[in-house]
Amino acid sequence: MDAWLIGGVKSLIVIAMVLQLSALLLWVERKGSALIQNRYGANRANFFGVVPFNLGFLNTLIADPIKLFTKEDFVPAGADRFIHSLAPFLALFPALITFAAIPFGDYVVIGGTTIELRAVDLDVGILYVVAMVAMSVYGVVLAGWASNNRWALLGSIRGAAQMISYEVALGLALVSMVLTYNTLDMQAMVYAQGELIFGVLPAWGFLYQPAALLIVFTAGMAESKRVPFDLPEAESELVAGYFTEYSGGKQAAFMLADFAEVVMTAGLVVTLFFGGWQVPYLTAEGWTLPFMDLIPVTGWIVTVLQLASFTIKVLFFCWLQILVRWTLPRFRYDQLMNLGWKGMIPLALINLFITALMILLVGESA
Amino acid sequence: MSELWFYILAGMTVAAATGVVMLPNPVHSALSLVATLFLVAIHYASLDAHLVAALQIIVYAGAIMVLFLFVIMLLNLQTDPDESPMNATAAIAAGAALAIAAVLGRVFYAFGTSGAGAELPEGFGTTKALARVLFREHTVAFELTSLLLLVAVVGAVVLAQRDKHDARVEPVEPVEPVETEGQG
Repeated sequence: MDAWLIGGVKSLIVIAMVLQLSALLLWVERKGSALIQNRYGANRANFFGVVPFNLGFLNTLIADPIKLFTKEDFVPAGADRFIHSLAPFLALFPALITFAAIPFGDYVVIGGTTIELRAVDLDVGILYVVAMVAMSVYGVVLAGWASNNRWALLGSIRGAAQMISYEVALGLALVSMVLTYNTLDMQAMVYAQGELIFGVLPAWGFLYQPAALLIVFTAGMAESKRVPFDLPEAESELVAGYFTEYSGGKQAAFMLADFAEVVMTAGLVVTLFFGGWQVPYLTAEGWTLPFMDLIPVTGWIVTVLQLASFTIKVLFFCWLQILVRWTLPRFRYDQLMNLGWKGMIPLALINLFITALMILLVGESA
Repeated sequence: MSELWFYILAGMTVAAATGVVMLPNPVHSALSLVATLFLVAIHYASLDAHLVAALQIIVYAGAIMVLFLFVIMLLNLQTDPDESPMNATAAIAAGAALAIAAVLGRVFYAFGTSGAGAELPEGFGTTKALARVLFREHTVAFELTSLLLLVAVVGAVVLAQRDKHDARVEPVEPVEPVETEGQG
């Protein structure tokens, strides 16, 4: 029973964190776009004018959901009602549960029970992530098909083609990471990144695999279907793409799914390439900076520092994706496909070959 | 996993599988198949075969079924107009299904519960254990299978390319405007 309780609490925490962060990112996106475009934005929220600072984040956390979920839920004539309602859930569900495999801390001991700080202790963690990414195509495909709308169908076909194309490159890049760390377990990958190269540099993944980092980050952005990869919802061509016929809460679910995928991409990149929850030079005994004396830091402080490290890194990569979204224009469709099939997949294959060759020559993984 | 969970899960799996053949709309059938494959993956996971479960979702529920759905949507298949579910084909199919179920039931009944409660060997279902079996005992079969898949991929590319090649050899001549008589 204890195991069930711990598992349940951990799952709740992870899902709540992803949901909250996704909602907050919506505000960061509004405010961030205003900053980037040098204009005021999202500055009207206050509580009867008594709060001296801007409460814009309350907009996306409280006001927006209330507005969206009290709107009329419109289903167009000729639509497949059941699948039209099912599609937003199919879009949101994989995006939310993918984070289960990602470790957000080492472990804590509460009352003699060791609790690993990740939702599920999966020894095939990275395959689970790939599986959930593969499942996320259904929401997009079915939304367009069930809407009985040509723009929506075109958007969903674009979305399916794009997501399947970039999944190949993502999968190949992840295989080279599996070879590098010699494990499928994401917690073991984070442990491996706690080592030091030549006793000086933290052995973070991006030092070994810069090409894989580029591919995973780009493919992750393509999977979240945001600018510059927002061809499935290109509003200048397809009205709003696959969710043209969605309103209110269901449309909010699609939007939330996109942001959850942003969080997911950030989590994946951090875990594979930037040491996950590792703080540089911080071990269980304390801070062991090279050429210096040990600074003793122990117990809960280490855990808290590691949690903070993971959170800050994830927030940074969420922000980076929003920055890219407001900096780059949209791809043309042939450019998108060329980049995927002629750019990223060959690069991923070459990277995989070189990784395998290096392991063969050097004799062991990192 | 407790027995109750197994029966709930098994009931859902059978219901989803029944939906694949019973639902009139091809997209609904394909979705039922996705649900069936996903539920089978949960069965694998509950039997400690995590790797097989993940592969089942990636390969079947993910890649293959998305392709199925894509093709169904592109062909714009309509709902099966045949309203009578009990024609001759259906009767024969039902008979065959019952026969297979009877044979399988007899076989599994013979197994009984001899394996129930047995301790799993150390590391059962992990990637290492599966890879050892695959690459030590079945290396040739594995490599032959990969060769077969490679041939299929190359074949698909060749088939897709042929139209383009033909078009280059015999360029389509511009259609001359046909003279119409007695009009205008």
